[in-house]
Amino acid sequence: MHHVVLDRWSRGESALHRRDARAKTIVVLIFLIALATAQRAFLPLSLCYLGILAATIVAAGLPLGAALKRAAVVLPFTAVFVAISLAAGEPMRAAALVGKSYLSALAVLVLVSTTPLPELLRGLERMGVPRYLLMVAQFLYRYLFVISEEAQHMRAALQTKSGTLRRALWDRGKFAAAGGALGVLFARSYAHAEGIHQAMLARGFRGHFLTLSGRSFGRADVFFVAAALVIVAGARAAVEAWI
Amino acid sequence: MQPLVEVRDLRYRYDDGTVALDGVDFQLFAGETVAVLGANGSGKTTFVLHLNGLLLGQGSVTVCGVPVQPATLAQVRQKVGLVFQDSDNQLFMPTVLEDVAFGPLNLGLDAEQARTRALDALGAVGMAHVSAKAPYHLSAGEKKRVAIAGILAMNPEILVLDEPTTFLDPPGQNALVELLDELPQAKILVTHDVDCARALASRAVFFEKGKIAGEGSVPEVVARFSWDRTSLHRQASSRL
Repeated sequence: MHHVVLDRWSRGESALHRRDARAKTIVVLIFLIALATAQRAFLPLSLCYLGILAATIVAAGLPLGAALKRAAVVLPFTAVFVAISLAAGEPMRAAALVGKSYLSALAVLVLVSTTPLPELLRGLERMGVPRYLLMVAQFLYRYLFVISEEAQHMRAALQTKSGTLRRALWDRGKFAAAGGALGVLFARSYAHAEGIHQAMLARGFRGHFLTLSGRSFGRADVFFVAAALVIVAGARAAVEAWI
Repeated sequence: MQPLVEVRDLRYRYDDGTVALDGVDFQLFAGETVAVLGANGSGKTTFVLHLNGLLLGQGSVTVCGVPVQPATLAQVRQKVGLVFQDSDNQLFMPTVLEDVAFGPLNLGLDAEQARTRALDALGAVGMAHVSAKAPYHLSAGEKKRVAIAGILAMNPEILVLDEPTTFLDPPGQNALVELLDELPQAKILVTHDVDCARALASRAVFFEKGKIAGEGSVPEVVARFSWDRTSLHRQASSRL
């Protein structure tokens, strides 16, 4: 499961893991702005940014190959826009779309792989992001586990009854049953989620996630943001001046 | 002596019209362990959900002298620790330590105090060694212990346990009964496990159609409502 892997990665002990969530969020925002507004010399700039992100991933002790692969999960979503650009006879725009989408996803992946989600949400809350929105994100994260566990149980049940999952999905009669199973999956997940919410309320939850982390925005975080700003903006200025 | 929990004429009806509680009167005193027995759907779990205000029905529920109502929920939830039947529902934070510290942080303790409280509670249930693990990597017995630690960390005066021995193997059940027996809090034990009730409870109440149909010592209640596996035991003996 993706979220289990990212959760494990976020528990690392590198210098990047130790930075305050707000510092890392600010750096990712700087990176995204620099990337989104880049117009000229996009190919060399994107290679340069890919190199910077790859170096960051290695420095954070994360597996480079696996991280690069995971970031590609966004590419199918950009496919429609890429196809439209190609059809309009703008291959450079299509390439820029792919590059920007992939690098943005990789940057966000580095953020969530080096910051445990409760810390990240707490950081965003301190930066003024609406609490309601953050609660939705927190619940979504928890319920991903719920839904995937329920799905695994139901998959086992389906396989027991049909022999293989493939047979269950390709046999027309059984496909209807599989469709019904999907409905049951959501009903069960809903009931399970209700139980979790009750357990949270029973332990004094008042709509506000608190964390054990005592991290604060220190001098190292200020230095980190400043250094990242210099590298990201400097790389873009250098590439644009060079080409 | 003033009871820790006093329930008077409690009534509750679900949105679909099902009457779950139909006039329940109940008291729990300090140091007591009361087993709540009864068939599935008889209202046992609905009843205990009222004790810390997860459900609010008609009638009155008072915990340590505090009436359970919207304005007192924070206070009441600190006094009544509810351990749910399915530990997976109760363990929702990324690590065991963070999960156990969830309650103390909500009580207003700072991070350091909450961490100490959580580690003490994990030590009390023999689970300090898994504090850095993710809850979904634990066995059913370990999850149950961690769920109990999450409640103990809030220093409750009353423990309410819903089917605590479900999903546990026999050694796990024995170990849990020993652990619960050592905890000093007053307890309410919702269970189908008559052996567990016999081992822990000084008194039992029997739920039937949303009402308490009888109460007494565990053996008395079990005998009166034929609430054990005597016929199964007899059948098993005849095969030997």
